[in-house]
Formats: sequence, C-alpha cells, structure tokens
Amino acid sequence: MTPLAQLLEAALFSAARPLTAEELSTLDADATLADVRVALEQIREHYDFEQHGVELVELAGGYQILTRPVHAAAIERAQFSVRASKLTAAALETLAVIAYRQPVGRAEIEEIRGVSAGGVLRSLQERGLIEVVGRSETLGRPLLYGTAPMFLELLGLKDLSDLPRAEELTIALHPHRAVNEGDDDAAAYVEAES
Amino acid sequence: MTLPEAPTTALGAGPGFVVELDAYSGPLDLLLHLLREEQLEIADIPIARIADQFLQAIHELGLNQAADYLDMASRLVRLKAQMLLPRNVEDDGWEDPRAELVRRLLEYQQIREIAVWMGRAAERRADALARGYLPLPPELPPPPLALDMLELLQAVERVIAGIPTPVLHRVVARPLDVEGATRRLEDLLDQREQFGWLEALGPRPTIVEVLSTLLALLELAKRGVVRLAQPSPFSPMVIARDTARPAA
Repeated sequence: MTPLAQLLEAALFSAARPLTAEELSTLDADATLADVRVALEQIREHYDFEQHGVELVELAGGYQILTRPVHAAAIERAQFSVRASKLTAAALETLAVIAYRQPVGRAEIEEIRGVSAGGVLRSLQERGLIEVVGRSETLGRPLLYGTAPMFLELLGLKDLSDLPRAEELTIALHPHRAVNEGDDDAAAYVEAES
Repeated sequence: MTLPEAPTTALGAGPGFVVELDAYSGPLDLLLHLLREEQLEIADIPIARIADQFLQAIHELGLNQAADYLDMASRLVRLKAQMLLPRNVEDDGWEDPRAELVRRLLEYQQIREIAVWMGRAAERRADALARGYLPLPPELPPPPLALDMLELLQAVERVIAGIPTPVLHRVVARPLDVEGATRRLEDLLDQREQFGWLEALGPRPTIVEVLSTLLALLELAKRGVVRLAQPSPFSPMVIARDTARPAA
C-alpha cells in the first residue's frame, strides 16, 4: 500500500465513526480528494484480496473499517463486543415515516401510524437517529423532524437514496388523497356525513 | 401508544391472560391483522363485521383503555352507522365513507413494509462491528449489596470516624408555666378593671412567659373570667374583667 493508503488506514482504524473523503483529505495537505479515493480503493482491495477479517465499508456518506459479518456471532459469544440493540416496531415505523416524509411534524406521523408518537420521538432523538430540522409555518409552528447521520449508520446505508424506492415496494404508493377530501380526518368525516 | 411501552399488563383482561401490548404497534396494525386473518380486501372492508371484531379484540386484549384504540373503535362504529344509511343508487356524488380509512390502511401498510426492510438493514449492519464501538450502558439495577457483619461494622466505624467532633445537644426543659401566669393575671384583674396585653406580659418577658400568658388568657376567656377585645386591627389586645358573669 502507498504511504497515503497507510495513513488513511490508520485514521480509519482510530475513528469510531465513518469518516468522509473530505475529512480524510485533511490528513495530508498534498493529497487531493481524488488521491484519497484512489487510496481508499487500494485499502478496500487489499482487505478483500488478502481476505482480511475486516472490510472497508461505505456508509453514512463516509468510510469505516468494520468486521466481516461472518465473525459477528463468534465475537459476540466471546463477549468482546455487543451488537447494537434492536429497534422496536414502533421505532422502525416512526423512522420509516420520517425517512420518507421529512421534514415532517409529529401530527403527520401520528396520523399515519394511528398512535401518539411523543415517547418514540423522544427516544429516537436521544439515540441520535432523528433531529429537529425546523419548524412548520402552520399554526402553532410545530417542530419538524428529519433523519440524522446516525440513522444511516445504524442501517448501514450510504445515503437516503439507498432506501427502497416507493415503486420497488410490493404495495404501490397509493395516490395521495384527492384535493376535495379535505385536509384532515374531521373535515373528511363531516363531509361524508352531510 | 398512549400506554407506555410498559411491560405486559393485563388491563382489564381476564384472569391468567397476559397481554402483550407490543404485539400490535397501534390500532391500524391491529386492523390490518384482523383483515389479514379474515383474508379480506382492504379496498372493500365489510365495516360492520370488522368494527365488531375490532371492539371484541381490544376488549380481549385489554386495550379498550388505550386512547388510540378507542379513537379507532369510535371511527369504525361511526363508519358502520354511515354504511347503514340508505342511499340513492343514482347519486353520483356519493362518496364511500370508507375511502379515508382505506387510504390510511394502505399508507400504513406501506410504512410497515418499509419498517420491516429497515429492520432487516439494521440487523445486517449490526453484524458488522466497528472498532471503538461502545455499547449503550445496559440499564440494569445496581447489583444487590453483599457484605458480612464485619464489613458492615467496619463501614459504620469509618463513618463514625469521619465525624469531626461529636455534636451533642442538651435539651433544656422549659415547661410552660400556665398556672403561674393565670395567678399573675388574676392578681392584675383584682387590681384593675381592664389592662393591655403588654401590661399582662410584664417587663422583659421571655418567650416562655409570652406563651404561658397567652395560654392563660385563652383559658381565662374560656372560663368567662375575662373578655378579650381588639379595638382595631393590629392594635394591642385589651383584657377586661367579664362583668356579665361572676368570676369563677
């Protein structure tokens, strides 16, 4: 490996989070972004070719050295490391709504899921998976939520475009409600009644 | 959910029946489950039947106290009533009252599918371990305290040794002398028809004397020996011999 690749490898080894190519390029003033990408490719190939127990993974917009999944069970049995705790169904559903509808307010999340979302939103925020990205211009100026970089890390995604597209889902995206249906349930129900 | 992700509680459920609140992530989830169980089309829900089943299900699950489920239950009952209303067949303007529910169910089903996909992605990612990964501190209660008598006594000694100087309090008994104060007041009453509160106290009264005098006065007033009066707010109390009744 080239000296630059070795430097990047050391940096990636030392970091506990994915590092972006831009961040890595600050390690060496002489290295351009293109040099960094070439060196990263070199590291990846080296790990793959030599069949290392770790691999260079692209996720959350950056790069991270991760163990190969095949070793996870043994490492966990020996209690050297612990897998990230599983998310509850409520947490996953809420994340799904936020990922596809962001920026999105609490009311819309609750409308889609049919349950109040306060507790789930708070715990997702505490885990750093979502963040407040702004306030709605509507009445009461409610907070709007979006996914945080940690969300991509947790799911092992490069970016949000890694999420399945609506047309890839077995259930096609239902055309959004007709304009004359009103903006909320109450209106829709009143209309249906009259 | 309105109910916290609390452990399994049998809210109004029958005896011996443990409810898994997490089994359904909400009323829409339960509704989808019922539809799937009956192999029914979302687009053409037999509202009357599904409303009854929903009510029965939340009752059996003890979820009939959860606001979110009750909200859905009331919507279903309302829809059921709307479907029973007679309608003109030629009426083109008729809108299926179920349309809103169908839309929500389809939308929710899609979110469920994405949630499952994301759950699998997180599972796969969890198989790859990062260096320096710090697991969240487990939320375990502190381990039970295990020590023998000797350790306990030694700990007590350490605590006692840490106290700089023994702090001792001497409790001085200062009993109220109500009888004495009563005698003093009666003497005063013999001399004068009426007098003020400050005169009753005498010169330089201690706190004990003030309290004794007050109690004695109240006692005398109760017995009808004196009348207590305060001419205006915050003015000194005037103590007078009660002439209406003979002294005790």
